[in-house]
Amino acid sequence: MKRIARDAWLYLMAIPILLWTLLPIYHIFLFSISSKDSAFSGALWPAKPTLRNFETIAQQHHFYLHHFWAQIWNSLWIAVAVGLITLFVATCAAFAISRLKVKGGRAVMNLALFTYFIPAAFLAIPMYKAMGIFGLLNSRWSLVLAMVTLAAPYAIWVLKQASDKLPYELDEAARIDGATPLQLFRLVYLPLMTPSLVAIGTYALLLAWNEYLYAYLLLSHERTITLAVALGHFISADDSPWELLMATGLVYALPPAAIYYAFRGYMVSGLTSGAVKA
Amino acid sequence: MSQWQTWGAIMLAPYVLVFLAFVLYPVSYGLWLARDPASYVRLFADPIFLRTVVNTIVFLLVAVNLKFLLALWLSGFFVHERVWIRWLSVLFLLPWAVPSIPTIFSIRFMFNPEWGVVNSVIFRLTAQDGPNWLNDPQIGLGLAMLTHIWKSLPFWALILIAGRLSIPREQYEAASVDGASVWQRFKYVTWPSLRTLYLTSTILSMIWTLGDFNSVYLLTGGGPADLTHVLATLGIRYIRLDQVDMAMATIVCAMPLVLPLVYYMMKNLSKSDQQ
Repeated sequence: MKRIARDAWLYLMAIPILLWTLLPIYHIFLFSISSKDSAFSGALWPAKPTLRNFETIAQQHHFYLHHFWAQIWNSLWIAVAVGLITLFVATCAAFAISRLKVKGGRAVMNLALFTYFIPAAFLAIPMYKAMGIFGLLNSRWSLVLAMVTLAAPYAIWVLKQASDKLPYELDEAARIDGATPLQLFRLVYLPLMTPSLVAIGTYALLLAWNEYLYAYLLLSHERTITLAVALGHFISADDSPWELLMATGLVYALPPAAIYYAFRGYMVSGLTSGAVKA
Repeated sequence: MSQWQTWGAIMLAPYVLVFLAFVLYPVSYGLWLARDPASYVRLFADPIFLRTVVNTIVFLLVAVNLKFLLALWLSGFFVHERVWIRWLSVLFLLPWAVPSIPTIFSIRFMFNPEWGVVNSVIFRLTAQDGPNWLNDPQIGLGLAMLTHIWKSLPFWALILIAGRLSIPREQYEAASVDGASVWQRFKYVTWPSLRTLYLTSTILSMIWTLGDFNSVYLLTGGGPADLTHVLATLGIRYIRLDQVDMAMATIVCAMPLVLPLVYYMMKNLSKSDQQ
C-alpha cells in the first residue's frame, strides 16, 4: 500500500518534469514539419505534416540558406580539427605531467585549471583582439585554435586524473627494458588510456560543434561561418522564416545529440567524475 | 634520466604554446588596453552599466540557487529504482545534449506575443491577450534565467544523483529502523554527505553562469532598450561597437566577482588532487 502511494506520487512528479524537458524540443520538431501557415496557427500537430522545409534546406532555396552545405561542412571540419588537436595537445601534456613528472608540470596544470575557470564569454574579448593581431580573423583556424584553448584545460585535467591511476610499475618495467619515453607513450600509455581518450575527443568535438559566441565573433563571411552562426542570422529580420530556422536547427542538433547518446556511458562517468570532486 | 625530462619538456610544449599565445598574451594585452582610468569613468557613466551589474547579480543569486534547489529535488526523484524512471532520466538529459541555439530560439518563439504558442493558449483559455513577454525587461530577464536553468539543470542533477548514489545504503536502512521520517532521513543522512558537493557545484556553476552569453543574447538580445544585459553580453556589445577598452573595463569590473570564486575552486581541486 505504501509503495502504491509512493508510485502515484512519483507519476505525479513525472508529468511536470516531462513537459518542462520536452516542450521546447517538441516545438522545434513541430515547426520543422509544418508549413509556414500552420506553424503560426498555434496547433499542437500540423494539419498536413510536410518535409518541404528539409527539401528547401537541402536545395539551399532560401536567402538564409544559400550556403547551407558550405556552412555545415565548416562546422564539421572545425569540430573534427578541434577534437584531434585537443587530443594531441592534452594527451602529450597529461603524459608529461603525470608519467614523466616533468619539472614545472604542476605549475602548468594549475595554469590550465585557472584558464578552465575563466568564464568563456570574458576570455572571448581579448581573444578576439589577439586573433585580429595574428591576422587569423575569418579563417577557420582562428576558431579551431580558440576552441582548443577552451577545451584543452579540462581535457588535460581529466586525462591526468585517469593516468595517475595507472600503476607506476609499468613505467619502471619499461625503463628497465630500455624503452624510450616515446615507446612507453605509444606502446603502453595510449592503449591503456583509450576509453578516456574517446570521451575527451568527443567532449572537444561537441564543444566546438555547439559553440556560438566564439564562432560569431571570429568568423563573419557567408562562406566561412559555421552553421551555428548562420542560424543566428535568421533572426536579424522581423519576418524570419521560423519554420526553416527550426528545421535547420533540428538538422544541426541531431548529430551532437546522436553522438552524445551513443557515448553516454563514457561521457557521463568520464566527464562528471572529473568535473566536481567533493 | 635526463632523456625523460627532455621528452617531458617537449611533450608539454604544445600546451604551453597554446597557453602563451591564446591566454597569456591576449589577457595581458587586454589588461594593458584597459589601463586608462578614463574608460572606467565612461563605463560608470553609461546608464546601462549599473543596470547590467544588478542584472548579473540577480541572475547569479536567483538562477543558480533556484537551479540547485531543483537539481537537489530532482536527484531525489531520479534515484528511485524504477525502469520507467531510468527511461525518463535519458529523456531528461536532452536539453543538455542538444546545442543551445535551436532550443533557445524555440523558447523565444514560444513567447512571441503575437504568434507564440504561450499567448495563443492564454487567448484560448481567457479570451485575453497575454503579456508582451520579451518586451518587458523584468519578464525578459526572468525568462532568460529560466532558459539558463532549463539548459543546465540536467547536468547538475546528474552530478547530485551521482552524489546521492555514493551514500551507503545501510545508513538509510538504519534510519528506517529508527522510524525516521522522509524529512529526517534527508536532514540526517542525505544532506550531511551531499553538502560539500552541493556547495562546490554551486560555486562552479556561478562561475560558468557569469560566462553564459547565449541564454541572454539569443533570447532577448539584451533588449528591450538594453535593459536585460548581463556582464557577458555587455562586454560583447562593446566589442561590436568597436570599443575594446570599454569591453575590457567591463571584464575588469567583473573580477571582484570572479576571482574569489575561482580561488575557492582552485584550492578545492588541488586539495583533492593531492589525495
